[in-house]
Amino acid sequence: MAVLDVRNLSVDYLTDDGVVLHAVEDVSFSLEQGCSLGLVGESGCGKTTVMLSILRLLPEAGRIVSGQVLFEGQDLLQISEADMRAVRWPGIAMVFQGAMNALNPVRTVESQIMEVLQLHGLFDNKNGARQRAGELLEMVGIRAERGAEYPHQFSGGMRQRAMIAMALACIPRVLIADEPTTALDVMIQAQIIELLERLQSELDLALVLVTHDLGVVAEMCDDVLVMYGGTVAEHACSDTIFNNPRHPYTQRLLQAFPDIAQPGSQLASIPGFPPPLDDLPPGCRFQPRCHVFDGEPFCLEQHPQPVEIEPDHVVSCHLVRKA
Amino acid sequence: MKGDVIVQIEELYKYFPVNRSLRDRLRRQPQQAVHAVDGVSLTIHRGEILALVGESGSGKTTVGMNLLGLQVPSQGRILFDGYDVAAWAHGRLKAQTGEQNGVANKRGRAQVLELRRRAQMIFQDPYESLNPRQKIFNIVAEPLEIHRLTRSNEEKEARVRRAMEASGLAPAEQFYERYPSELSGGQRQRVVIAGALVLEPELLVADEPVSMLDVSIRAELLSLLQTLREQHDITILYTTHDLATAGYFTDRMAVMYLGRVVELGPTIAVLTEPRHPYTQSLVSVAPVPNPRRRRERLILQGEVPNPIDVPSGCRFHPRCPIAQESCKSNDPALVSVGEDHQAACLLVKSA
Repeated sequence: MAVLDVRNLSVDYLTDDGVVLHAVEDVSFSLEQGCSLGLVGESGCGKTTVMLSILRLLPEAGRIVSGQVLFEGQDLLQISEADMRAVRWPGIAMVFQGAMNALNPVRTVESQIMEVLQLHGLFDNKNGARQRAGELLEMVGIRAERGAEYPHQFSGGMRQRAMIAMALACIPRVLIADEPTTALDVMIQAQIIELLERLQSELDLALVLVTHDLGVVAEMCDDVLVMYGGTVAEHACSDTIFNNPRHPYTQRLLQAFPDIAQPGSQLASIPGFPPPLDDLPPGCRFQPRCHVFDGEPFCLEQHPQPVEIEPDHVVSCHLVRKA
Repeated sequence: MKGDVIVQIEELYKYFPVNRSLRDRLRRQPQQAVHAVDGVSLTIHRGEILALVGESGSGKTTVGMNLLGLQVPSQGRILFDGYDVAAWAHGRLKAQTGEQNGVANKRGRAQVLELRRRAQMIFQDPYESLNPRQKIFNIVAEPLEIHRLTRSNEEKEARVRRAMEASGLAPAEQFYERYPSELSGGQRQRVVIAGALVLEPELLVADEPVSMLDVSIRAELLSLLQTLREQHDITILYTTHDLATAGYFTDRMAVMYLGRVVELGPTIAVLTEPRHPYTQSLVSVAPVPNPRRRRERLILQGEVPNPIDVPSGCRFHPRCPIAQESCKSNDPALVSVGEDHQAACLLVKSA
């Protein structure tokens, strides 16, 4: 059974002017224990909103209008806030975007990890919690004694490691990492990727990696979900996405990504911009930028449904036929 | 296609002194310094796109700042089309501190203006480098006013339009009355580029111009830089930590580590046959967008050492996977390893 199973999730945001924005529409995916999923898309495509919905941490203006989030078979959207608190961290933990800057600057790193451990009732005495915090730091490659230091004494890469250690404090089943390598130097990026890979196999984590970096996804993920304008554009295993992409958006995205192994090759950009949420095209959301579109009326009128064109390969495009 | 030399950097050093505590001063502890750039020589040809790659703290941005006269080098010469930029920068410093009499002041300022007009910079963050209270037209036109380059409003409008359309903001008048907050990240970066282009510069220093942007927009902006080179013969120094984008549109690549250039050569040669162990590692860890081509990653552990206390001998030896005893005491110079290809490593056989 899948450890995390998101079914037909739709999320709206209500603006101050009373306008309803459909930020996420009909997103489904599932994740097995020990597997990794890459959630890819441009800024504003709704990937962070999906993750926040899973943890029920949407900002006040956000509403989950429909769908289910099944964690170990239990629908997280139906349980009480108290039960939800028991899921966050021991069940599903998240490393937030820009997390390096999320540490409290006036408290030592280990005390912040100890707080998590004690809050979740894992230790009642400080010494036990401190020792465990040290073990967690060692697990992410930071010497335990450095836990007594303050965040400003850590480099950016070390702070990111500390945040990962904190997320893993209760050994969750699912780890969500939102842009964990963005804003880090290449070598530090590689160290963090290596660390996440090692932890994933050691702890048998289900990992969701939210990123716009296709390279990182190709390195790490078993499955890839490409989002566009709040909807699923394509969903398949990595090998299919990178070698047999069918959705025009996925194809374009791959062509826009520079490949270091083929320097000097041509890059194609995607003309235009993602659609603003308050002015979505009536038909397919990618149609205004689509290179395959050739005046087909259904592309203009109808929003394409996700279709499984072959086993485990879902594409939302009118122009892609089943195999 | 090599043109004449437009930039010649000779043995550039830039140290930033570190503040000493009162106790250290009383104890007469020697003043320490951050060795941001520690002996860099580079030649850039007219119409060339040179990538300067390295991690944070490698000194790549400092090289760009010194090249534009925004900082005064500690030592070394920078010639921009034959003019000594370091002297310009010195003149500017003196003009600011009022050390010179009125006449020299004006002359110093005129020289700096001349350099500014011919060499422009594009900064990393288009969200922070535009004044949120100014309209796009005024942002792009401001350099023309500072440099008093246009005589009439019509002429000004024509130049603003030309710069904006060359930067991919067409039709330009659609953007004139808008504010930066109304534009997307990619459009903002185009406004930044238009503000640089309006002076018709010969050299652009682009410091991580796409790192804040989405992948789909990156390609467009990099193509734009390439077009500027082809159509306007602009020379570009592209500083970045992203080898993959650099590989796509630059002619030559200089790899920096801790204030030094450790490898220099044609971009394709550096990326496909890297010779310095640091470059080899950098290339190996850059993610390849295809799971079928996953490679062995040669990850360097730890972080770039403190530039106040640069390691002895080869500055890369504490992290080098193949370092030998001799590397601890001998500081390698760049040696030729192929056609126009140089590396600074004692263990690399020269060609």
